[in-house]
Amino acid sequence: MDFSFLADYKGFFIRGTQITILLAFFAVLFGILIGIVLAMFKISSNKFLKGIASVYIEFIRGTPLLVQLFIIYYGLPYLGIEFPDFPLFGQNVGDFMAGVIAMSVNSGAYVAEIFRAGIQAVDKGQMEAARSLGMPYLMSMKKIILPQAFKNILPALGNEFIVVIKESAIVSIIGIHDLMYNADTVRGNTFKPFAPLIVAAVIYFVITFTLSKFVGLLEKRMDTE
Amino acid sequence: MNMIEINKLNKYFGDLHVLKDIDLKVKEGEVVSVIGPSGSGKSTLLRCLNRLEEPSSGDIIFEDISIMDDEQHDINELRQKMGMVFQQFNLFNHMNVMENITLAPIKLKKINKNEAKKIALDLLEKVGLLNKADAYPSQLSGGQKQRIAIARALAMSPDVMLFDEPTSALDPEMVGDVLEVMKNLAAEGMTMVIVTHEMSFARDVADRVVIMDAGNIIEEGNPKKIFNNPEHPRAKDFLSRVLNLF
Repeated sequence: MDFSFLADYKGFFIRGTQITILLAFFAVLFGILIGIVLAMFKISSNKFLKGIASVYIEFIRGTPLLVQLFIIYYGLPYLGIEFPDFPLFGQNVGDFMAGVIAMSVNSGAYVAEIFRAGIQAVDKGQMEAARSLGMPYLMSMKKIILPQAFKNILPALGNEFIVVIKESAIVSIIGIHDLMYNADTVRGNTFKPFAPLIVAAVIYFVITFTLSKFVGLLEKRMDTE
Repeated sequence: MNMIEINKLNKYFGDLHVLKDIDLKVKEGEVVSVIGPSGSGKSTLLRCLNRLEEPSSGDIIFEDISIMDDEQHDINELRQKMGMVFQQFNLFNHMNVMENITLAPIKLKKINKNEAKKIALDLLEKVGLLNKADAYPSQLSGGQKQRIAIARALAMSPDVMLFDEPTSALDPEMVGDVLEVMKNLAAEGMTMVIVTHEMSFARDVADRVVIMDAGNIIEEGNPKKIFNNPEHPRAKDFLSRVLNLF
């Protein structure tokens, strides 16, 4: 197989990788925020909040990411919510935002379940001790429960990051210049249908493999603590 | 003056009636031991006092304030005056001893850090663990953890201390250290309610002993009288069994 196109097109792959990582980073970041709130709703005694969280989580996990992406990318502007339309680092900001929103809305549902399990794994005596000192519920959550839950679920969050990086290839469909999109562009420009995909696959693999090794290390370190 | 006044307290877990019309008064400075067989409701009663367990009906008056009255009084503020010590210690695992003790005073009483640390060091000295300020809970023995837990509760300078079987999870050789701390506390005049299986402690330290059985208080009074001459047949039965064990 001929990879000589890399000499001219390696910039495409590098920029695409940057966008992919940036996208995944923001998606996981906002996904975590959404996930924490949903997890808190889910474990609260308020039936209404519990219901909202359950519906959200079930719906998002029960529908394809592609559909969610299209609903946000085409649906929000249709409802009068326009994304900004100007380029930044060669990438349309509005498209990128739509991608981040769709990915984080999706990831949030999965992160919520990770957090819920993590929070419930913290011994309930910890909450009781905090409450017995007079700490309000939210303060106890923030100061006592979440820090311990977070430590327990770091490996699972790492895995979610890996999943998001892989799934993010789908945003190439709405024209975000991520790794997948740029690999496709290279295929068109060079009339090579196969080799650029191999390059993209290898890059995805290197990123996720490195991350999973890192997560494994983290897990080991926590076991010894 | 009565510090705590429990009136017609009932608690159900589903269909299970765990506390049945409990009436109990605790005077300021008094040390009350609650004893009784497992499942008699004594821990539930204690946990109702600061509403870790929500009473099903009845009222609890603490320092002339109904703790059930959420409109008038914030339960979180009332809890600051009621220290609690748990069977399983429940030290905050992700914080060292100093942070465990100073967190609540800094966050809730808005005491500045240095002041809180000074208070904590005094308390650590009191419980004999001055050298453990930087240790994490996982590095402490059960008896040490429990003494830290007592110090943590005392750091809020509560008016009453609630002990929920504080020595039940300890190795026998650790029990003495914890009881020693509690004895000193009692001698200082702290109001204490202690759910315990330590009969000798109840006999020697408590001003009053309360015996519970099946959700009822079946006998209460002076420890000497209760231990030497119980009246209620169930109390007799319970005491003869636990005292024979030792």
